[in-house]
Amino acid sequence: MQKRRERVDRGINVRSGDVFALCSWREMLYLAGPRVIPVVAILLLPLALGIYWQKVLLSVAVFALLAISWDLLAQTGMISLGQALFFGMGAYVTGILNHYWELPPLLTIPAAAVFGGLICTALLLPVLRLRGIYFSMVTLILPLMLVRLIEATRIFGGTEGLTGMTPLPSRWLEIYLIVGAMLAALFGFRRLLGTDYGLVLKGIRDNDRSVTNAGINIYWYKTQALWIASTVGAFAGAFMTHVYMFVGMPVFALDYSILPIAAAVVGGPGSLAGATLGAFILVPLSEVLRGVGGLRIVFYGVFLVVFIVALPEGIFHYVQRKYNQFERWVEVDT
Amino acid sequence: MKTAAILKVAGLFKNFGGVQAISDLHFDMAEGELLGLIGPNGSGKTTAVNLITGFVKPSTGAVFFKGLDITGLAAHRTVRLGIARTFQMVKPFYQLPAYKNMIIPLYSPRVKKLVGGKYGDRDAVALDLLEEVGFERDARVAYKVAGALPQGYLKRLELAKAIALQPDLLILDELFSGLSLAEVASILPIIEKLRRDGKTIIMIEHRLKELFRIADRVIVLNYGQKIADGKAADVMESAAVKSAYLGTE
Amino acid sequence: MPMLLGTVVYAFVNSIILALMAIGFNLTFGISGVANFAYGALYIFSAYATWMGLNLVGIPYPVAATVSILLTMLAGTLMYRFILMRVRGQALSEVIATFGIGLAILEIFRYLGFVGFEYNLPVFVDDSIVLAGVFIDVQRLLIVIIGSAVILGLWWFTHHTRLGLAFRGIAQDERTALTLGIDSDRIALLSVSLGAGLAALAATVIIPLGSIAPGEGYDVLIKALAVCIIGGLGSTGGTIVASFVIGFAERFTDTYISSQWTMIVSLAAILVVLTLKPSGLFGKQKELEERI
Repeated sequence: MQKRRERVDRGINVRSGDVFALCSWREMLYLAGPRVIPVVAILLLPLALGIYWQKVLLSVAVFALLAISWDLLAQTGMISLGQALFFGMGAYVTGILNHYWELPPLLTIPAAAVFGGLICTALLLPVLRLRGIYFSMVTLILPLMLVRLIEATRIFGGTEGLTGMTPLPSRWLEIYLIVGAMLAALFGFRRLLGTDYGLVLKGIRDNDRSVTNAGINIYWYKTQALWIASTVGAFAGAFMTHVYMFVGMPVFALDYSILPIAAAVVGGPGSLAGATLGAFILVPLSEVLRGVGGLRIVFYGVFLVVFIVALPEGIFHYVQRKYNQFERWVEVDT
Repeated sequence: MKTAAILKVAGLFKNFGGVQAISDLHFDMAEGELLGLIGPNGSGKTTAVNLITGFVKPSTGAVFFKGLDITGLAAHRTVRLGIARTFQMVKPFYQLPAYKNMIIPLYSPRVKKLVGGKYGDRDAVALDLLEEVGFERDARVAYKVAGALPQGYLKRLELAKAIALQPDLLILDELFSGLSLAEVASILPIIEKLRRDGKTIIMIEHRLKELFRIADRVIVLNYGQKIADGKAADVMESAAVKSAYLGTE
Repeated sequence: MPMLLGTVVYAFVNSIILALMAIGFNLTFGISGVANFAYGALYIFSAYATWMGLNLVGIPYPVAATVSILLTMLAGTLMYRFILMRVRGQALSEVIATFGIGLAILEIFRYLGFVGFEYNLPVFVDDSIVLAGVFIDVQRLLIVIIGSAVILGLWWFTHHTRLGLAFRGIAQDERTALTLGIDSDRIALLSVSLGAGLAALAATVIIPLGSIAPGEGYDVLIKALAVCIIGGLGSTGGTIVASFVIGFAERFTDTYISSQWTMIVSLAAILVVLTLKPSGLFGKQKELEERI
């Protein structure tokens, strides 16, 4: 007697298309739980953690933002190998504004996010019309070349960088600002991707010819997605500059490009929640592994490969599937 | 019926790195006409459509639509001017239901311009359009996931997506390919209705019997050149056409 | 005058070096559409393999080099067979997978401490000659000779041999090639393997000019990418022309301005080319039509 696996939606599944039918407390809890509990937990976390782990949480939120930005681009069909470009651009713009014009962080951070985003979008504009691989290549090259540029021309502090940035008013503001930004990005972009606009973006990835055929200028939409993603990345970079009170060449480091990709791939590409989850897993992990130094990056590399080949749906989707469905073995009549 | 040509193709040439895909293509179309574009495989029919719609830029030549020069105009712009086409290989969003596949065409700037703002109930419009192309409403076929639908329905979905754009010129690239006789028979009335509504249509087809039932006029391409242009019966008598399709002795 | 001539000569050498670096990457991409982001890592891997053969196992230099080239080709093959083949066709996964592998390889070497001046490969012939009043070391001369031979050989291979033509067939139109009985998976495997081998060959002749460092791996990848972007992905002719464009630009910048500006020149070149002729100098940007 042969058996096969069958997946059945749990009886409690109350969704039909995008309509929710809530008839009981149990159903509401089933739906609200996975969303509300983590959010509340994340918001309460800073209160429970000591200073060291608060810094780690800070890092998690920053990388989560970069991972969300990456995933947004990936869902539009653009694979960025250089999130560090956005991060570093935001970091430098805010550093320049603060160092040379002494503008306060509450002004420089938003400004850096917007201008950093615009500059990055402008730099990548020429490759949007080409095949995706050109985009990936140029995003890889740009941060590495910008580092050489800074090193060679010694502008903006050169190899030493700019120091003495104004810190943010309080530690609590720091942590809640970034965590708030992360949650806003997560839920905001999820909402966005669920709208018709989001469908157009995803359509560009799946079948861009068909989207063009509907009279939609795909390059304009790609530009928009790029701008949104780069602004988010630039915000993260700008924020970190004021946390470390320093900006220098390391902001374009490969780490900032790789970890977000690893986080998204491990957590679940194609879902922003997955990207966030991935950040929550990998960043603390890398902290724990700090002792092994360079081996960290080896791990990221290995994770990337293993997950993309063996578990491409990522952890989030796997968990989601288990939550919404159960599997059982069913006999097959042969 | 207006006497001015709605579509005018003049001296169109396209060379793909050494391969002359289209040579000296020229024809006019009157509003409301149904033109069949036929020819052996590789004769350049799809290329001709790509040149007209802007998916491919011509090497030389000109295309005029409603008096405007649209030569080399980008694809999304020609759509906004009123040309809609279907593709030979249909590729819907397989994981979405059929009616959600209509979202992107209904999101088009052209539709927004014509309807003047919000459609109102976008889903209702989608369902109406799908019903027009034969998605039975009571069987709720439109709610089925596209991946689960047979080819006949997918082709009709493709047609509905083109119609949603409310085009003045509709170009159908091998709509009948892969369909059973019954499915073709059920689609023909839809096309006839489109004609009655005044739409100008170009149909690329291999299934000549079905095409000749509705086409006013037929153009035959062979190796990128027009070898015949006229009524279906006359064209099929021409020696050039016979040798193109059947080969010479 | 001697400075100009010297610069020209060294620029020529530099161009051949760049071409050698880029040609393996370009071949793999042009044939099977696989952008092998582990390319730089394979380059460095082969250098270390040769080093280990020479210094740890004690085999003669030529043997170590040959074994290393074969090992690198094997690595490429394994990489394709066990990883790439499973994500074939999904651009996202291919890029990430190769990127991840490259990362892991380079950082493992860095972690294990293979960094330092003792990690170098000896030049083939420790001598230099005077060519038209310009001092040039024999190693560089050999690079030019070997490099030119490789490039010409590759051109002849892809234009005049059965396998080479099959490669080009797959590159131009995979579907048709398949109907002619050409096995696309096998060809892709061979292309990755061959690309890896070319990387190893390039490393064998170029590394003796300096020392082996994991960071070099990223540099090689960047250079290969820069050359391929400017020359046009998939075009061998483009790769060669672009190598000369960048090679000469870099060298002249180095001599007449300063060595730190060379990267900037390459960057500027990329941006200029991308703005003016995005698909590269000789790029065959497939028109939309061919996707139908």
